[in-house]
Amino acid sequence: MKTIDPLHKPGHAAGSPVYLAGRSGQGGEAANPRRPYVRPMAGWWRRNPFFVRYMAREGSALFVGAYALILLVGLIRLAQGEAAFNGWLAALQSPLSIAFHGLLLAVFAFHSWTWFEIMPKTMPPVRVGGRRLPEAAITGGALAAAAAASLVLFVIVRELAR
Amino acid sequence: MQHALNESIEIEVMRYRPEQDKAPFLQTWVVPCTEDMSVLQALQYIKDHLDPTLSFRWSCRQAICGSCGVMVDGIPKLSCKTFLRDYRGRIRVEALANFPIERDLVIVMDSFMEKLESVKPWIIPKEPRALEQGEYRQTPAQMEAYAQYSACINCLLCYAACPQVGLSPDFVGPAALALLHRYNSDSRDAGAGERMPVVGAESGAFHCTAVGYCSEVCPKGVDPASAVNQAKGASVREYFLGFLGKGGGK
Repeated sequence: MKTIDPLHKPGHAAGSPVYLAGRSGQGGEAANPRRPYVRPMAGWWRRNPFFVRYMAREGSALFVGAYALILLVGLIRLAQGEAAFNGWLAALQSPLSIAFHGLLLAVFAFHSWTWFEIMPKTMPPVRVGGRRLPEAAITGGALAAAAAASLVLFVIVRELAR
Repeated sequence: MQHALNESIEIEVMRYRPEQDKAPFLQTWVVPCTEDMSVLQALQYIKDHLDPTLSFRWSCRQAICGSCGVMVDGIPKLSCKTFLRDYRGRIRVEALANFPIERDLVIVMDSFMEKLESVKPWIIPKEPRALEQGEYRQTPAQMEAYAQYSACINCLLCYAACPQVGLSPDFVGPAALALLHRYNSDSRDAGAGERMPVVGAESGAFHCTAVGYCSEVCPKGVDPASAVNQAKGASVREYFLGFLGKGGGK
């Protein structure tokens, strides 16, 4: 990449030497009427509902991380012995934990939905019979696969828990 | 939505006159409008009848020159392809986001011109081809691989839609990367090795965080988000194949 116009740095609102150069003999900044204005980026994601949704999609990853931590704690408690593991299980059954899991379920559903929504753009085009698979088919297929996998997992866990 | 003819609309326009204004401000005019009037025609009405000092770019009036991009109610749009009948009462027209403002609705696009040049948006043949050898031939499938991306008119709506462009002004950006992908995907081209360093660079495709709004606002159905992400994949493949001595990037 060659050098990029320094004017494009956010917050750099004043006239730039780039534009003053080549105007010698006219006496500095006052002689140059060009004063490109750079608008600030602060609060950019609140300007458009599309960006709010994007930030919510990205933010949902924090909840995925939180749940991974809960599972990791369970694994550590398991390694510490039966009593420790049973304590972890009991903690999961507290009303606070159940409410948090309800919230996690909703956030996970949103996470899957929004990521599968952008998936057709982040993966290479899929061709079936020489034609490019429509975006809706990719998103729909992925959502169906996620729903089916969740259902299978739910049934298996329920059978094991009997 | 049906509007009666000869209704009027309040139009707020961003003004910035560098010789007298410290910062941009909004100026409101009332413009008579008809069912078939575009935002561009409203701007032209203002310039012709209300204030000749208003500055904006335009040329073809038919969504092919890519000159008249503005923010209409905060959304990047071609003003010639946006109609007053789709808005009620009052609209706001601002200079394209993420670019410095030269004057009123005119942006400074020098950085884009540099980025565009950096991706070498032309066919780089494997070997020189004499005129007698005739034209290059392509199958419909070979053409389909790049045709969509060749529809770009450099209108910069995708840059105004991309928060990463605003946050990291060095980012090569959606349109230039889509054109890079367009030429790399062309069976007549052998210049990928010269272009891939642009994809892998600090300012390259990995600045993209898959917001995806570029593809939403594109008036030509180019889908730059898809092109940028395919370029990411190509860059990763090239990087790892490099370890096997098969990289084509040098």
